[in-house]
Amino acid sequence: MTRQIASMALGLGVGLLGAALATGASAQQTLANVKQKGFVQCGSNTGLAGFGVPDAKGEWTGFDVDYCRAVAAAVFNDPKKVRFIPLSSKDRFTALQSGEVDLLVRNSTATMSRDTALGITFTGVNYYDGQGFMVRKKLGVSSAKELSGASVCTQQGTTTELNLADFFRRNNLKYEVVAFASSDETFKAYDTGRCDAFTTDSSGLYAERLRASAPDDHIVLPEIISKEPLGPSVRKGDAQWADIVKWVGYAMLNAEENGVTQANVDQMLKSDNPEVKRLLGTEGKFGEGIGLTNDWAYRVVKLVGNYGESFERNVGQGSPLKIKRGLNALWTQGGLQYGIPVR
Amino acid sequence: MAVHTLSYVQTAQADTLPPPLLVRGPIAWVRQNLFSSIPNTILTLVVVYLLYVVIPPVIRFLITDAVWTGIDRNACREDVIHRPVGACWAFVADRLSYFTYGSYPIPERWRVDVFFALMAVGIAWMLWLKAPAKGLGALYFFVVFPIASFILLTGWSAVGLTPVPTAFWGGIMLTLLVSIVGIVFSLPFGILLALGRRSKLPLVRLASVIFIEVVRGVPLITVLIMANTMLPLFLPQGVSVDRLLRPLVGVSLFSAAYMAEVVRGGLQAVPKGQYEGAMSLGLGYGRMMYFIVLPQALRIVIPGIVNTFIGLFKDTTLVSIVGLLDLVRAIEASRVDPIWAAPTVSYTGYAFAALFYWICCFGMSRYSIMVERKLAAGQRR
Repeated sequence: MTRQIASMALGLGVGLLGAALATGASAQQTLANVKQKGFVQCGSNTGLAGFGVPDAKGEWTGFDVDYCRAVAAAVFNDPKKVRFIPLSSKDRFTALQSGEVDLLVRNSTATMSRDTALGITFTGVNYYDGQGFMVRKKLGVSSAKELSGASVCTQQGTTTELNLADFFRRNNLKYEVVAFASSDETFKAYDTGRCDAFTTDSSGLYAERLRASAPDDHIVLPEIISKEPLGPSVRKGDAQWADIVKWVGYAMLNAEENGVTQANVDQMLKSDNPEVKRLLGTEGKFGEGIGLTNDWAYRVVKLVGNYGESFERNVGQGSPLKIKRGLNALWTQGGLQYGIPVR
Repeated sequence: MAVHTLSYVQTAQADTLPPPLLVRGPIAWVRQNLFSSIPNTILTLVVVYLLYVVIPPVIRFLITDAVWTGIDRNACREDVIHRPVGACWAFVADRLSYFTYGSYPIPERWRVDVFFALMAVGIAWMLWLKAPAKGLGALYFFVVFPIASFILLTGWSAVGLTPVPTAFWGGIMLTLLVSIVGIVFSLPFGILLALGRRSKLPLVRLASVIFIEVVRGVPLITVLIMANTMLPLFLPQGVSVDRLLRPLVGVSLFSAAYMAEVVRGGLQAVPKGQYEGAMSLGLGYGRMMYFIVLPQALRIVIPGIVNTFIGLFKDTTLVSIVGLLDLVRAIEASRVDPIWAAPTVSYTGYAFAALFYWICCFGMSRYSIMVERKLAAGQRR
């Protein structure tokens, strides 16, 4: 997930060109197109632990992949009616602008320039990521602020390297950067004891830790030193489709908040809780408002699960990654994930 | 005076002595080839030392310490199985079907197998020198096989084959497909372009020269990025050319330009007398080329053609950059799977890819050497 500055610049350049060329086209027709095609075309990662990887059968699985499946469940009542185009970080936004994909869920950081200048809209944040540190347990360090004088392994020419410099300077700590060209090399160097600490985006830390020769000897420190809000994005100018993508995310959050799970969603249809009734479509006509049927959220939960279930299954305790909810806990649990009410 | 048998003349021939050990035999060979001079001796010792340093760890990693069976990452972890772990072949075994077929739907994978079989038949027919009905073979390989494969792989509802979108294609299937498309299209196109470049018609010559020089002046990777990143921006909204087709066209045109130059080399190497002889027999341009010139020209450039094919075969990995899941990309996508996260999994994946490419390319080069020997028996220098 470490973004190369160069590729960002290229992406932005290509994106601006795309935005210039693709202005005005395709207003309000994505849903109709998707229904006519019979599947949602989703831009996905080319392979990122926990977020989008092919399994042994060649089916894509992961946290980002689930979001696409949830949109397919809301539109078609079938989470399999989705096709994935694996996109590199260079061509992801172009693919969205040119209409090649209907939806991009590819751990892309939402930023102002991307949201405003590229002709795309971020519909929300499905994962709050940020740069963190991993150290050996035997170092006896429990906070990044204690890392004074440490050598830190990082990848060359990335925003990670810049954030690192900022963090240490802000806190008046001495440090030594040991930079490598590729992420594999970087982690290998840390694993063989070349440096005291390893830094990259926190979801990446957990993925890399699994590949260490002794994963249990390493801990991820609690500090997050940069903001990387990862979210799905759609083309600008189609408010209806943006609403669908946005509200699928909120529906999964609201389902978790109200205790609606894949297992109990059928009983929950009989619930007296007005919030649950509105969410599952037994009261009100909220689904029709966004061009779907009223049981849209019921189908999302029934076929894919709520936010917490998807999280735990792909990146949390149900997966080898064992990422803690942290910032991605619900607001009721001290996190940032907050589902806007359905009413 | 009685004639005595004089004993100083030997009656039977003496047994031939073995040649001195220092002239023939293994010791002599070693002396002559490995230690003939001081620089050679030093080089030999250096090479032996390098082999000693490199080979045992490679064998240890790939075979002795390798893990062959297992269902997840625990099988390949030193801290779990308490022994040094080399290559994690269990990972490759678990993902082999993905590496072969990509995401091609499982019930339809027999179609890919049939495609592999058709391809094997076509290649064998073309490669086996004494195969019967070569003309028919060429027709099969350059016309029937591409059409049949297209119908087979993309599907055709009318004959009961469910359509399978190219988004699901991947792995070895995709690698072989891109290479074979490149080969099938580049050879005929390349020959036409080479003939065009040597043509006496100015327009044809100019068009061929421009095409060849423009394509050869651009790296393949820019062609691919242009095709998959830029092209969609220039097409009107809603019009989209298939994501696989674009690189396929790019690769074919690209290799055709290179092939044209290789074939042109052969055409120029055919002595002028052959052309003149053909013309004096009253053969027209087409017959002269078909019967007299091209057979000789192509034979001369067999090493060049095979070299281009080997280059093309390896260049197909570049399609991974534009988001197609060829073998290398499929391995890269799988190696990050947390289920198989272990220190040596990535290396194993890459070792598997290297082995696959090496076997294919080495096979091609051995074949070209064999063909060269057979066809050039009369011209060996």
